[in-house]
Amino acid sequence: MPQVTLTVNGKRHTVAVEGRTLLVEVLREKLGLTGTHIGCDTSQCGACVVHVNGDSVKSCTMLALQAEGAEVTTIEGLAKPDGTLHPMQEMFREHHALQCGYCTPGMVMSAIDLVAKHPEGLTEREIREGLDGNLCRCTGYHNIVKAVAAAWPLMHAKPMPAAAE
Amino acid sequence: MGFEGIGAAVKRKEDGRFLAGRGNYVDDINRPGQVYAYFKRSDRPHARILRVDTAAAASAPGVVAVYTGADFAADGIGGLPCGWQIHSKDGSPMAEPPHPVLAQGKVRHVGDPVVAVLAETRQQAKDAAELIEIDYEDLPGTASVLDALKPGAAVVHDEAPGNVCYDWQIGDKAAVDAAFAGAARVVKLDLTNNRLVPNAMEPRAAIGECDIAGNYTLYTTSQNPHVIRLLMGAFVLHIPEHQLRVVAPDVGGGFGSKIYHYAEEALVTWAAGKLKRPVKWTAERSESFMSDAHGRDHVSTAEMALDAEGHFLALKVSTLANMGAYLSTFAPAVPTYLYATLLAGVYKTPVIYAEVKAVFTNTVPVDAYRGAGRPEATFLLERLVDAIAHDTGIDRIELRRRNFIPANAFPYQTPVALQYDSGDYETTLAAALKAADHTGFPARRQAAAAQGKLRGIGISTYLEACGIAPSAVAGALGARAGLYEVANVRVNPTGSVTVFTGTHSHGQGHETTFAQVVAEQLGVPVSQVDVVHGDTARIPFGMGTYGSRSIAVGGSALVKAMDKIIAKGKRIAAHLLEASVDDIEFKDGKFSVAGTDKSKTFGEIALTAYVPHNYPIEELEPGLDETAFYDPKNFTFPGGCHVAEVEIDRETGVVRVVNFTAVDDIGRVINPMIVEGQVHGGVAQGIGQALLEQAGYDDGGQIVSGSFMDYTMPRADNVPNIHVGTESTLCTHNPLGVKGVGEVGAIGSPPAVINAIVNALEAYGVRHLDMPATSQKIWSILQAGAPRMAAE
Ligand code: FES
Ligand code: FES
Repeated sequence: MPQVTLTVNGKRHTVAVEGRTLLVEVLREKLGLTGTHIGCDTSQCGACVVHVNGDSVKSCTMLALQAEGAEVTTIEGLAKPDGTLHPMQEMFREHHALQCGYCTPGMVMSAIDLVAKHPEGLTEREIREGLDGNLCRCTGYHNIVKAVAAAWPLMHAKPMPAAAE
Repeated sequence: MGFEGIGAAVKRKEDGRFLAGRGNYVDDINRPGQVYAYFKRSDRPHARILRVDTAAAASAPGVVAVYTGADFAADGIGGLPCGWQIHSKDGSPMAEPPHPVLAQGKVRHVGDPVVAVLAETRQQAKDAAELIEIDYEDLPGTASVLDALKPGAAVVHDEAPGNVCYDWQIGDKAAVDAAFAGAARVVKLDLTNNRLVPNAMEPRAAIGECDIAGNYTLYTTSQNPHVIRLLMGAFVLHIPEHQLRVVAPDVGGGFGSKIYHYAEEALVTWAAGKLKRPVKWTAERSESFMSDAHGRDHVSTAEMALDAEGHFLALKVSTLANMGAYLSTFAPAVPTYLYATLLAGVYKTPVIYAEVKAVFTNTVPVDAYRGAGRPEATFLLERLVDAIAHDTGIDRIELRRRNFIPANAFPYQTPVALQYDSGDYETTLAAALKAADHTGFPARRQAAAAQGKLRGIGISTYLEACGIAPSAVAGALGARAGLYEVANVRVNPTGSVTVFTGTHSHGQGHETTFAQVVAEQLGVPVSQVDVVHGDTARIPFGMGTYGSRSIAVGGSALVKAMDKIIAKGKRIAAHLLEASVDDIEFKDGKFSVAGTDKSKTFGEIALTAYVPHNYPIEELEPGLDETAFYDPKNFTFPGGCHVAEVEIDRETGVVRVVNFTAVDDIGRVINPMIVEGQVHGGVAQGIGQALLEQAGYDDGGQIVSGSFMDYTMPRADNVPNIHVGTESTLCTHNPLGVKGVGEVGAIGSPPAVINAIVNALEAYGVRHLDMPATSQKIWSILQAGAPRMAAE
């Protein structure tokens, strides 16, 4: 069986995989990182989103072998070692942006990437469109959108530009 | 600690683990030595099974076992049971054909499981399933109730000739006919309620396990583990209850679809017993589409008799309800006692008659989903009321007001069995219109028109029923289960509290709200309260969570158990304080002697109960641990008003919900933050049903929406910000005054959205639109006609 070496949440792993093994399967089944979820089989739901080399990626769309040498961050790798949550996690809690929690890891990972890539600010409409790849059946998205907007100033350490609000 | 009791927006205790990726969902669990199950399912809607050849699969790499329906038959295992029996008009019991775990003889819907392959890895099981050969003789199939009832239609079950499961009625037909005969006017509306796929984001999963002594454990994605233990243990696999443990850990949404006992749960448990190895199965999403019970799917005709002023005189409803290919656990109850009994709505219609025919088709079974019967009743009524307004020219708000049950009429007996205990429909209507700035609408419509957009506003004034009860009444109506709930309150020696509840939380946040109820009553901080649910080995026999029953029924049991704790605590305090029990008061976490400053804290009493050195041991047992079972006296009746405002793009037909306002009467609010979240989610489902979602079948029963590629789920950009308000009257018959909030959003919103679209299209002569109001449907209307005067 071929092998793949990748760094996940700062730790290097080498695992044997089949050619068809998906990144999400390696994370969940080989590395025991079950925070990354699987919600579909057509790459439509976003429950499996992780960061690969700093970009959000649906880990069900990527073969494990494609992650050779990659730096992967999952939901388990967001909080600081002392347990301090990432501002996005904090704001999800603050604004009740999760109910059953199943979509949450993917939603948080997508939202962090969205905010990080928009230093110019985000309107409510842009947040909604930016989260278009992540399904949630519980929250109606209302509080997720609020949480993402609230995380923006914390992540960029400045107020959201007025034009974007 | 700040205020954490009833009414505080306490942040959720469960969020920490979910946000850190440390939830514990069934698919996250792996048991040593487990094998993986994969199901070969029917790709035919309806066919006779001529031959199943599993030889190649059985010898494929990694395969441990291959099972077919014949193995279950050989073991004397019958089918999956149905939990509710309906009787037809003529008194005969409904047709209740068998529902085998794996198909026997025939397949009846796409997704019907035929063969189970068990292998060392998931991939090996899946690969081996490819090698199975099944010869089918295709039979004609049906998907719609109308086709299934046609003479000569293919018969799904020999036990149900003509595909009729039951033909049921409620209400006074003679009185309704008489009222129609004398009516000034009759308004009629034909409508359908579209079939939905629940699509909780966590796909169903199950792990069966059996130890050497024959003790079984089933980990499953369930809303009600004790119900599964009872149904599967007692009725399917014949495992004594003390040897079967069912665990429903963190569950990623349910909405009804995880109430039922499913074939896969029975298979993994049974196979674990055979193999003495754990057996794991996790649904792929495409399996969810063809095996999770669907929701809705009604075809109805509604007629209202009116006097000259538009007062409702009588309502007549005829509904065909699709049951799918088999009876799911509670399916028969949905279009009867959760639908037809709701047809009075918020109106004082004096007489009502409804008949409901439940029909078998070659589709996935249909059962209770997010509102279950009440969304269907509400859509029918609230569309009918707008059609009456359209036909008579009476303003639709005035028409509603004219027919409301007034606030001083409670308790109010409807002509369809229910007795409402409380409500105030005028108040929720007025508050919603104000919050939605209804008076400002004409200006907004004008502004939209200037941008080339059609803008419309719609309302729905709805009512629903939660916490189905009492047990004796439900039993008389066909329920084969009790409908009480149970709570065990264990005060620990140092005064912290563990609550064991029969309800289940799969997104609702009970770990927080139930702790708030404890904080309110016992004065113990929320952080010192642990709420345990979802494991039959830990919790007493309770019925689980569905029908927005958890706080109304489970919360009541919790209060009753805490009453017992306080009563016992008073006796202990009386002993310690050398006072009479009658003089002991309990307030703010302290037992004190009335009129003195002598007191003992809750923690001191707890410790005394477990270290009974100075204790009235002759009259009182040690310990502080009480259980209460609570059987409700009645349903609770949340209601309210939803207002939707839509804009339609003339070029594309795309409908955007631009404003949404919900003002609900849900009784006492325990946690306003959680309440708002529940309403948001329900409204998004309602918008999804109104605009996007449709479980698609071709005429023969082949699924045409089998994934998220072709079943349109509401996404963040399909939903607006949602204004949520509450205007509550209290439930009069439970100790907390609570009514329930889990489903109001999904119940009240669909007709508000459709009423808004019809309003926006009024110049096009549109009187009614069935859901989903897709852009294609709207575009065709826009193309078909230059605007003309509204006319029927
Ligand atoms: S599991 Fe990856 S998008 Fe759904
Ligand atoms: S919180 Fe349940 S799916 Fe999003």
